[in-house]
Amino acid sequence: MMYILSALGLAALAVLPMVFGDYGTGMLVGLAGYVTLATSWAMFSGPTRYISLATVAFFGVGAYTVAVLNEVLPYPLVLLAAAGIGATMALLVGLSTLRLAGIYFVIFTFGLAELVRQLITWFEVNVTGTLGRYIFLDLEAKHIYWQLLALGAATLALSAWIRRSRLGLALRVIGDDETVAAHSGINLARTKLVLFVASSTIITLVGAIQAPRWVYVEPSIVFNPTVSFLTVIMALLGGATRLWGPLCGAVPLFLLFEWLSARFPDHFSILLGLMFMAVVYALPDGVLAALERFRHRGKEGNGTSAPKPAKEANA
Amino acid sequence: MFLSTLFLGLVLGGTYALLALGLSLQYGIARIMNLAYGEFMLLACFAVTMMFTSWGLGPLWGLLVVVPLGYALGWIIHSVMMRPLIKRSGGGGRLEVDTILATFGLLFVVQGLMLVTFGSDFTSYSYLDRGIGILGTTIAANRLIAFVVSLALGFGLYAVLIRTRWGRALRAVALAPGSAYLVGIDVNKLGRQGFALGGALAAAGGALVSMFQTFSATDGVVFTMKALIVVIMGGVGNILGALIAGLLLGLAETFVAAFIDPGLTMAATYTMFLAVLLWRPTGLFGKAGG
Repeated sequence: MMYILSALGLAALAVLPMVFGDYGTGMLVGLAGYVTLATSWAMFSGPTRYISLATVAFFGVGAYTVAVLNEVLPYPLVLLAAAGIGATMALLVGLSTLRLAGIYFVIFTFGLAELVRQLITWFEVNVTGTLGRYIFLDLEAKHIYWQLLALGAATLALSAWIRRSRLGLALRVIGDDETVAAHSGINLARTKLVLFVASSTIITLVGAIQAPRWVYVEPSIVFNPTVSFLTVIMALLGGATRLWGPLCGAVPLFLLFEWLSARFPDHFSILLGLMFMAVVYALPDGVLAALERFRHRGKEGNGTSAPKPAKEANA
Repeated sequence: MFLSTLFLGLVLGGTYALLALGLSLQYGIARIMNLAYGEFMLLACFAVTMMFTSWGLGPLWGLLVVVPLGYALGWIIHSVMMRPLIKRSGGGGRLEVDTILATFGLLFVVQGLMLVTFGSDFTSYSYLDRGIGILGTTIAANRLIAFVVSLALGFGLYAVLIRTRWGRALRAVALAPGSAYLVGIDVNKLGRQGFALGGALAAAGGALVSMFQTFSATDGVVFTMKALIVVIMGGVGNILGALIAGLLLGLAETFVAAFIDPGLTMAATYTMFLAVLLWRPTGLFGKAGG
């Protein structure tokens, strides 16, 4: 039953480009892209609470791979190459930071996008002698949308599967208490690494698939830090520990951001930052958890909200 | 060439060390990983530049203005923004994640405000931009002053932390926040003071950097990153470690820029960071101490 419903839903989403015009399809591409980004981000960062600020590093690498290889290799191979590069990069980052405390990972990912951007810029200027590349691929917006839709569905399916598997259980234990996890025989570093690589590969693919939308690509375009920022806030708004949370956060926020960036282009980043803080302060566990708590309270009459902090660090 | 690069590197490193000290205090004492740190530094850069260009107030006088302001701003941010998060976490591990996210949001707000106010162009001003001969090489006077002031502030702070009662209380909070209040230390108050002190150092670092470097409103992330790397290299909460690691980072950057390629300084920084993470994750100088 579940499968039939999902198939029907997917089919309904797939015909949407026929209903909306070109503008609408462009929006759908962005929407599908961010839903996939937020879902795959939450796949790793949700249960482990390792906040990755490097979404755009992988996203940009994917886009740039397509820009470099689009005239050399057939399209499916280009995507495969992008996925391979993304996975390798994630493996390197993960191997060097995931054995340590979460803070090292956060710091490392914080600067990673800037590092990759500078390295590619340096390489292009000094070695290839060009900065900026063109992507000539015979792909319309709706083709890109379909690819993203497929990737998004696959991501959700993978997330759902991981949640039920031993891997997901291990991940939740790690998120709750690393010491307990280690004592129950969970291989901490390997579990985190597997998830981080999976999540980063999907993010790289999103960048690769979306790349033809730009036509002209240069490092400062594809390594835009706003992408990392939006992904995190979307996943957090919906609730990063839930399967459907990132999706529920991504859809309204994407539409809101489209409207805001058209309306207040100069003050966009201020509004973004304020909204980000609002989510962190007002909805720490995401909107789905807040709704649930609200429903609970309505039913039982008394609050079963989050347990009160046991003590405060001062008198 | 070698000697002048060495001097340039040391001078740059002195400022990095000062910047990193502030971040180290904020993370070590207040337990808050402030990703918007570089933004506060840039605020000081812009403030000093404005005071210099419109009022003719030299950056060293500007320093005296922005450092108290940095302290005040840090104090306000801690009491308004961080306090609710500290209360919510109840001393648990959640605080780290929450503060990272909150300051990440703050980063975008401050950066946006600076972009709206000052635009995205590179800014600089010319102050004491003449060479001084040292050991056969010349170095710009403004860099030398920045270096001396950085070191003076850094060692001054070290002395305060080691010698005074207040400094000892701050170190106690950094070492064992759970037990510090058993001996009558107001952990919350000192955490706030530590955070504010970090803000003051960010302002000082900003004022000094603006004396010899061009900067733009979007540079904050890079400065935060450098400060973070120095903190990790020196060991969290280790003042002398941060000083040495800062000097090392400055040297590495200057040498890579001079002898390899200026476009690869960030890569060099990151390589050092990676090497430290792989080799000695607790910092070059062992466990976090005073």
